[in-house]
Amino acid sequence: MRNPQLNAHGELTHLLTLEGLPAEVIRRILDTAVPFASIGERDVKKVPLLRGRSVFNLFFENSTRTRTTFEIAAKRLSADVINLNIGASSTTKGETLLDTVDNLVAMNADMFVVRHAQSGAPHLIAAHLNRTGRTHVHVVNAGDGRHAHPTQGLLDLFTIRHYKKDFRGLTVAIVGDILHSRVARSLIHGLTTMGTPEVRVVGPQTLLPTAMSSLGVRVCHDLRAALPGCDVVVMLRLQNERMKGALLPSAGEFFKNYGLTPEKLALAKPDAIVMHPGPMNRGVEIDSAVADGDHAVILPQVTFGIAVRMAVMSIVAGN
Amino acid sequence: MSSQIRSDEAILRMQDEAAAAGLPDAATAFAELVERMRGAVAFDARFVGIYSGGAWLAERLAEAIPGNHPVGYIDASFYRDDYARKGLKPELHATRLPFEVEGASIVLVDDVLFTGRSVRAAINELFDYGRPASIELAVLVDRGGRELPIEATYVGARLVVARELSVVLSRTADGTLALGAEPNSEQRHA
Repeated sequence: MRNPQLNAHGELTHLLTLEGLPAEVIRRILDTAVPFASIGERDVKKVPLLRGRSVFNLFFENSTRTRTTFEIAAKRLSADVINLNIGASSTTKGETLLDTVDNLVAMNADMFVVRHAQSGAPHLIAAHLNRTGRTHVHVVNAGDGRHAHPTQGLLDLFTIRHYKKDFRGLTVAIVGDILHSRVARSLIHGLTTMGTPEVRVVGPQTLLPTAMSSLGVRVCHDLRAALPGCDVVVMLRLQNERMKGALLPSAGEFFKNYGLTPEKLALAKPDAIVMHPGPMNRGVEIDSAVADGDHAVILPQVTFGIAVRMAVMSIVAGN
Repeated sequence: MSSQIRSDEAILRMQDEAAAAGLPDAATAFAELVERMRGAVAFDARFVGIYSGGAWLAERLAEAIPGNHPVGYIDASFYRDDYARKGLKPELHATRLPFEVEGASIVLVDDVLFTGRSVRAAINELFDYGRPASIELAVLVDRGGRELPIEATYVGARLVVARELSVVLSRTADGTLALGAEPNSEQRHA
């Protein structure tokens, strides 16, 4: 079966997941994001590429940051952006997801940016559009359930390549709540596809499924043992809502074992970079001295995220 | 309208084919272009090369023409009018204009002038950086076939080529130039 993200010519028409995406497609997105990054530095932060196109932000789950960066990216491409607060509208009246989509296509939508609590929702929309022959309408996954967050994975890859130039030869640690993290999953697929030789996932057993090793990563439960030799340390957000269950004893306990402090960071390579997808919980997964320190590239990640989303939107809309 | 680095043998073969097809010698065209620009361009004109062929042509012209000519580079892919038909091209360059565009005398530089659409896109992008005092256009080769009211200020050589052919400027690692003609690769998924 054909990859539903690609058209008959192997070109990207939807971005749903990094899993199974060929390395050359990922590389092209990263390469395309480079000139877009410089547009953010101009006085006129806008190019006319998507002028006249309508981009619908369909956020079935709240996310101020991701929605905003997609909105900025679309506006810098001169698209018209329509933000739909779905939770408060049709679905609560009983409309199905695909009926909502069909109605928006009837309003001449050109692209959907979809965030949904259910894994597979963006895939469902893309398959529906493909099946009904509306291949001029594109879908970009902005995070679905525990499944994937491909633009976050891509901006993480862009950041790593920006500072480390190449993936070959790198050791990357991804630390924290791996179990619930679509960010971790997307980044793992991206890193392995791009030929990163050593990816370590680190967390307590309750937040780190042992089956992760089938993704080609090394599973580790001791942060101090995992950090030596690391070029990149990616800290994940510990979702406060998870703490109430039996998964973790306390935030303090988690910080003691898995929180990144200057003392633990010193175990990694001297030029290691520290990343975080945000929003950060200072004092839970990351110490303020690290978050604000010289190794942190957390704010550049946000800036690069806009360029990467511009690249994704302009590639899929052109195919 | 592309430019590539090729091997010496490939260049020699292209030079033979070019002579057979009636294409001018690239070095002669370059000398002619320098001759026309010398004394005519502003002393402090900024030379902005259009990627990719115009980029190193702009560098060569900045060395050859007296005055102070800072070089910039423009990739106007985000301003092209064929995005809806052809999408974004795979290899992009970042536009780099390491000087103030506002109030500057600009000479846009390209290797081959054909439809005029690249130049239109480049002018549009320039204006997003500021309002230049003036924009001129220098091209190594004008092959006719314009689809927009755009003309070059300085031309190295003029020629007539069938529309189906692309005129391609190539260079060896040591900087030898060669003009060639090859079938148009415009059609996508043809």
